[in-house]
Amino acid sequence: MSSDSDNEQIETVSDAEPVSAKVTPEKEIELPKFEKGLADRIVEKFGTRIKVAFVKPDRVRINVGKDDVKEVAGFLRDVLNFDHAESVSGVDYPQDKEIEVVYHLGSYTDPSLSRQILVLATRAQREENPIPGNDATKLPSLREIFYSVEFHEREIFEMFGVYFQGHPDNRRLLLPEDWADLPPLRKDFAIKGR
Amino acid sequence: MNKELPPGLALQKVDERIMTLNVGPQHPGSGHMRIIVQIDGDFIVACDPDPGYVHRGEEKMAEYRNYITNIPHLERPVIHDSCNVLYPYVLGVEELLGIEVPERAKYIRVIASELNRCVYTMYWLAIYGIFLGHSTMFMWPAGDRELLIDLLEKMTGARVTHAHFVPGGVRNDLPPNFEDVCLRQVNYFEKRIKEYAAVFYDNPILIARTANTGVLSREDAIRLGTTGSVLRASGVDYDLRKKEPYDVYDELDFQTNVLKEGDSYARSKIPWLDMMESCRIIRHALQKMPKSGSVRVKLKPNPKGKGLDSVYKRVESGRGSLGCYIVSDGKPEPYRVKLSVGSFRNLIALPYLLKGEKLGNMPSVYWSLNYWPVEADR
Repeated sequence: MSSDSDNEQIETVSDAEPVSAKVTPEKEIELPKFEKGLADRIVEKFGTRIKVAFVKPDRVRINVGKDDVKEVAGFLRDVLNFDHAESVSGVDYPQDKEIEVVYHLGSYTDPSLSRQILVLATRAQREENPIPGNDATKLPSLREIFYSVEFHEREIFEMFGVYFQGHPDNRRLLLPEDWADLPPLRKDFAIKGR
Repeated sequence: MNKELPPGLALQKVDERIMTLNVGPQHPGSGHMRIIVQIDGDFIVACDPDPGYVHRGEEKMAEYRNYITNIPHLERPVIHDSCNVLYPYVLGVEELLGIEVPERAKYIRVIASELNRCVYTMYWLAIYGIFLGHSTMFMWPAGDRELLIDLLEKMTGARVTHAHFVPGGVRNDLPPNFEDVCLRQVNYFEKRIKEYAAVFYDNPILIARTANTGVLSREDAIRLGTTGSVLRASGVDYDLRKKEPYDVYDELDFQTNVLKEGDSYARSKIPWLDMMESCRIIRHALQKMPKSGSVRVKLKPNPKGKGLDSVYKRVESGRGSLGCYIVSDGKPEPYRVKLSVGSFRNLIALPYLLKGEKLGNMPSVYWSLNYWPVEADR
């Protein structure tokens, strides 16, 4: 509901013709109110332990260190009513020597959040020569908090080599049992001939 | 136990009563996947789905192609629903590149994606019919589906792999006289699918086989993060076309279908009810669509994102919410494309639904999840 009214606000601003003079107030209005409120509640609770990466219409992204990710996820579920993970993606950043895991959380039960996706990102250390499961590329699993991440985390384990501590079932999911190469979605795994 | 057997076939030591059974991957009751079930007599005690037999690395391939050349291969996971699979990617690229889409193109997209939803659902329904041994329900949807495929062929030039949506609109404008043909065919199609009630949905044999089997409670549907028809059959009113309307869905008149039972019957009924809503949407869109105007913004060759940026867009596909997470690093190729597909998200419910179920109900429960193996594997 509130996000609808935000959209209207944005529209009226863009309809108002004199664009030349004021730049700063426009920028303030660009931050949608509801999403800003969500981000502020998380910042209020965790302060500098998290970083709000962006606040866009219907999307808020926060970056968390791997030690805090479980606590933040618990807060998102219990206090802010996000009840399931839509998507969990891995992104490989070889230049930072890190692998990022991005949880896109949504809510079915809270009607005010039905448009919202909260993006929770955390990073694991990246190994140059990975031994999936037996190296430092580890993250705490969110499966206890969001049951729906079970298969997603299994996929990230085989595709990026990120081992999820506390996940009950860190087996392969899509790759064949005899896959002996690098985890294939890492940037250093190249498609043959490319 | 028996040392003479080759290692792969070695008999596993099992409980006296429990038998482990591999269903698939080459089995008509599983699709391109394996379901490992443990049975005690006729009852399933545990189930472990094993997808991945049609994994094609779409996400990896997307990192090697630019934003435009990604279009034809990203629709491959579900060719019957190719417009809907491509939709979130195209919306995401539009947001990354800051493209505004012409009004007429938005309506054409909605019509194409609703036609595609029906084409997909008819294919799914045909297979559901054959899973239940109902040959008529295989023949009828497979035949009636052709009507809409013909329409889509007129519209896009291809029968199934359309590659019709592009960042900035759609590839081609509608052919002359399309509106009339579309209206006529959609009206006939709606009349036809209503006849399915008598032969299939009101059929006591179907109801006896699917009602009260594989019941998913509302709480479990939410906790497991299911989506689409599985979620709505368990009493959760969540359809992205209503909740987060994209393009012109907020201007069109339709309703979402929700059932409370959460059993196989409810799950198989929702897609059928959705097809009737699709017909309504198509008729309304044809009526409201601007009669002329541009359908595509011309892009510069090799468009690039602006620096490090990411976007997550989602649409309601035939199998539920379909999300696309695109990370751009300012190059013409995306840094990372992730498809979060309904089939993959609904698969997690399978072990829950099959536990305690009779083995004979396995195909009907499995296919009622609206699962498409190729999409789940990507």
